[in-house]
Amino acid sequence: MEVDDCDDGARWSGRWNHLQKILERNGPFVHPDFEPSPDILDFMLNSCKVLVVGAGGLGCELLKDLSLMGLRHIHVIDMDTIDLSNLNRQFLFRQCDIGKPKAEVAASFINKRVKGSKTFSHFCRIQDHDSSFYKQFHIVVCGLDSIVARRWINGMLISLLEYDEDGNLDPSSLIPLVDGGTEGFKGNARVILPGMNACMDCTLDLYPPQVNFPMCTIAHTPRQPEHCIEYVKIFQWEKEKPFGDIAIDGDDPDHIKWICKAASTRADEYGIQGVNYRLTQGVIKRIIPAVASTNAVIAAACANEVFKLATSCSIPLNNYMVFNDTNGVYTYTFEAERNEQCLACNNTPRNLSFKPDALLREVVDFLCQDNSLQMKSPGLTTTIEGLNKTLYMKNIPSLEAATRPNLSKSLKDLGIVDGQEVIVADVTTPNSLRFKIKFNDDVTSS
Amino acid sequence: SIAKMGEKEKKYDRQLRLWGDHGQQVLERARICLINVTATSTEILKNLILPGVGSFLILDGGRISGEDAGNNFFLDPSAIGQLKAKVATELLLELNPDVKGDYTEEDLNQLLDRNPQFFQCFTVIIASSLDVVTHKKLAALLWKHNIPLVTCYSYGFIGYMRIIVREHCVVESHPDNAHEDLRLLDPFPELVEYIDSIDLEKMDKKQHSHVPYLVILYKFLQAWKNEHGGQAPKNWKEKKLFKEKVLQGVRINEHGMQEDEENFEEASKQVNTALVESKIPENLQQIFNDAKCCNISENSTNFWILANGLKQFVQNNDKSSLPLRGSLPDMFSDSESYVKLQNIYKTKAKQDIDLLTSYIRDFGAVNGRLSDQEIKRFCRNASFLQVVRSRSLSEEYENASQSILDGLISEGDSDAIWYVMLRCVEQFYTNFSRYPGVKADDIDIDVTRLKNCVQELTRSWGVPGLVEAMSDDYVQEICRVGAAEIHSVASYMGGVAAQEVIKLITAQYVPIVGVYIYNGLKSTSVSLNV
Ligand SMILES: [Zn+2]
Repeated sequence: MEVDDCDDGARWSGRWNHLQKILERNGPFVHPDFEPSPDILDFMLNSCKVLVVGAGGLGCELLKDLSLMGLRHIHVIDMDTIDLSNLNRQFLFRQCDIGKPKAEVAASFINKRVKGSKTFSHFCRIQDHDSSFYKQFHIVVCGLDSIVARRWINGMLISLLEYDEDGNLDPSSLIPLVDGGTEGFKGNARVILPGMNACMDCTLDLYPPQVNFPMCTIAHTPRQPEHCIEYVKIFQWEKEKPFGDIAIDGDDPDHIKWICKAASTRADEYGIQGVNYRLTQGVIKRIIPAVASTNAVIAAACANEVFKLATSCSIPLNNYMVFNDTNGVYTYTFEAERNEQCLACNNTPRNLSFKPDALLREVVDFLCQDNSLQMKSPGLTTTIEGLNKTLYMKNIPSLEAATRPNLSKSLKDLGIVDGQEVIVADVTTPNSLRFKIKFNDDVTSS
Repeated sequence: SIAKMGEKEKKYDRQLRLWGDHGQQVLERARICLINVTATSTEILKNLILPGVGSFLILDGGRISGEDAGNNFFLDPSAIGQLKAKVATELLLELNPDVKGDYTEEDLNQLLDRNPQFFQCFTVIIASSLDVVTHKKLAALLWKHNIPLVTCYSYGFIGYMRIIVREHCVVESHPDNAHEDLRLLDPFPELVEYIDSIDLEKMDKKQHSHVPYLVILYKFLQAWKNEHGGQAPKNWKEKKLFKEKVLQGVRINEHGMQEDEENFEEASKQVNTALVESKIPENLQQIFNDAKCCNISENSTNFWILANGLKQFVQNNDKSSLPLRGSLPDMFSDSESYVKLQNIYKTKAKQDIDLLTSYIRDFGAVNGRLSDQEIKRFCRNASFLQVVRSRSLSEEYENASQSILDGLISEGDSDAIWYVMLRCVEQFYTNFSRYPGVKADDIDIDVTRLKNCVQELTRSWGVPGLVEAMSDDYVQEICRVGAAEIHSVASYMGGVAAQEVIKLITAQYVPIVGVYIYNGLKSTSVSLNV
């Protein structure tokens, strides 16, 4: 097999033997499109471009797995820097790397260890790149802990889909998204073919929003150590400003120590036991337990799917796999279904039913609280009598101040009529979403 | 007091939340022996070194080939021709300065013959790509010494792991959805006394709306029992009725309207989970019946001494209740009532621990062997204890497990077929000293030969029809992959096997018994009690 390779030390006899058996021989379980040929490995080595989103627990594993599976044109994007608590699983980082950008250290380690790799790092936010960047990849793999970032990538890949005049999808515009997630000994891997099967937003109910303790419990009737810690975080920090007028930094030991001490005092007043440093940091940072093994398993399951998608050597996962090894080793594979109402992957605006005298605030609350929407800070605009009108915009302070009064106005008073289209922007998606307000006297929401 | 957080504690923070400081301590004392360097086996070791296993020793006299350096992250291509064990040890040690590691090129078979005590100092032995004769020899030796053996390898898209452990006792199995231990149906005197001292009628509005649901349920339960000949609500219908009664307990205000009382709502929602009979779960009954639990001696392990104490505890009390767990779920309540209730449970749990401790004091030999922490942990986890025992490798090979055979016949496309195929690959290797389909030219003839192996094996199992039920596709697939070890499968198995090893070391969470098969073609997997 000829590989055009000018890098020293990247070619040696037998290097790809294992992969060649899979890619140059036919078998009973291959994808119908599969034609064994040395060209497939050549494509992997020299053409196939993959984006790895996240260079943390899953990202480090993914970079290793994909590089050893013959992919050499990998981009990795991560905005984080390395912390001591990453080292128990993020194996491309060492003690001396603490404080450096994860994406850069990970990429340079891979390029050094796996000869011929040209891993390219991006130390930035995913939102810092536009569609022209994301367009260049054959496959995108996510190893993230943030649902919002996952939804944004999902929305980006959906926005890249192109359709002909008959509404048929142009397959060359489709970029498969492979996504992994872990939490302690549990994890999941899934394959999303944007526009073809269930997307991230179709299955939002798989990621229930974080439940907060009721405010009255925290303020008046604490019973658990967590309640006391939340109290200090929400009330005491703001009031006492122990380190000046700054926000809590969960990685600053002095901050955590202060909160821990204040929470202990409160706990003692109520006879509550169990406030300690570890718990305090866990509550403040909302720490999710993590271990090397689960990250290895889920990243490998994702890398295996990338390999199948890139080579057609086997049929990709359809489309969701869950893993749990607390009691034995358990996996379950199923087909997550598309949600016809999904705003991210269906082009038709979704109807929202409200009473004409409902306040705009109720609409905003609905967008944030509804399980299938789970928006974070929606901005609403519409067209009234041919003019663009901003109803509410939270992210830009001057606009927020100007539009805040609208929240207490009724839809009718704002000039909204039955069937009015409202455009909503949110951090969970790079695209604007269209809703239709339907007036209904009985129901408050759809 | 605020504990000073050491560097180590910070580094391991995310996993300490899973197995605690005591789990970490045991892990840091563990010694691992890894036999044979493969992509799969170095991945297992990586996932043990990162969380801080004590030490490892790699046993492999082989030298690095081009294909070894192609799929293994811990073999350097510039070291082709050098010892695999040496290079892997060096690159793996970079992962964590807390871990000690070494290698030896001694021959496994010679060690087994001449120096079997070599293996006795290890906590767990991990092996990859062993021929069946050596595997059996090693397994028999370790079985004798009760040292767990984890064998794991990748074959094309299939991953294989076998855990051979004579006995593994788990105190902290960390079940996902355990019932709370509240004892509402068989309350202890201190709880009765406290709740009887509460008069819901005499409470003011604020107090009434903050009574913990436990108190509410207990009160309504007594009322129900009085009307039903001392019986608690049993079936679904009665429980539904009972829930309605609880909801009727909400205060009516002077305007004839129900007050907003969250605690009563919570009480009615908790009826099903809170009103559960105390009984000895099946897993525990088996432990009580175990010969090791009945006959305690100086040589008994702490687990069995404690199990014996637990059995006496149950027998000398009402034969159905275990030591009280002593934890209370969070519930809508004012702080004072909740903390008071919590203390009643805690105090009772402490008494139960003392009682159990008194039973095991009878064994003079154990004085000082068990820490208070260990006894407390045992009592808290009494209903979740697990004893795991696998069959030995010789049992597996001499006497095929009936449950597997039944499964294979009834379910044509089960992943268990891959177990059969890998057994046949072993036979093929024994016959021809190589794996099927390694050279493309041999595939056709190897398919025929492998089919013969399948026939032989299934005939020896006495399952006529199994060969016919199995599609030729499996034989074809095995031959075409030609023993390729692809990194995705190796890495998957590396994660799975490492966690099973950690379970074996820490005695927390429950390991599989027998074989685990991963099918990367379909992203499915199966555990088989072989
Ligand atoms: Zn969707």
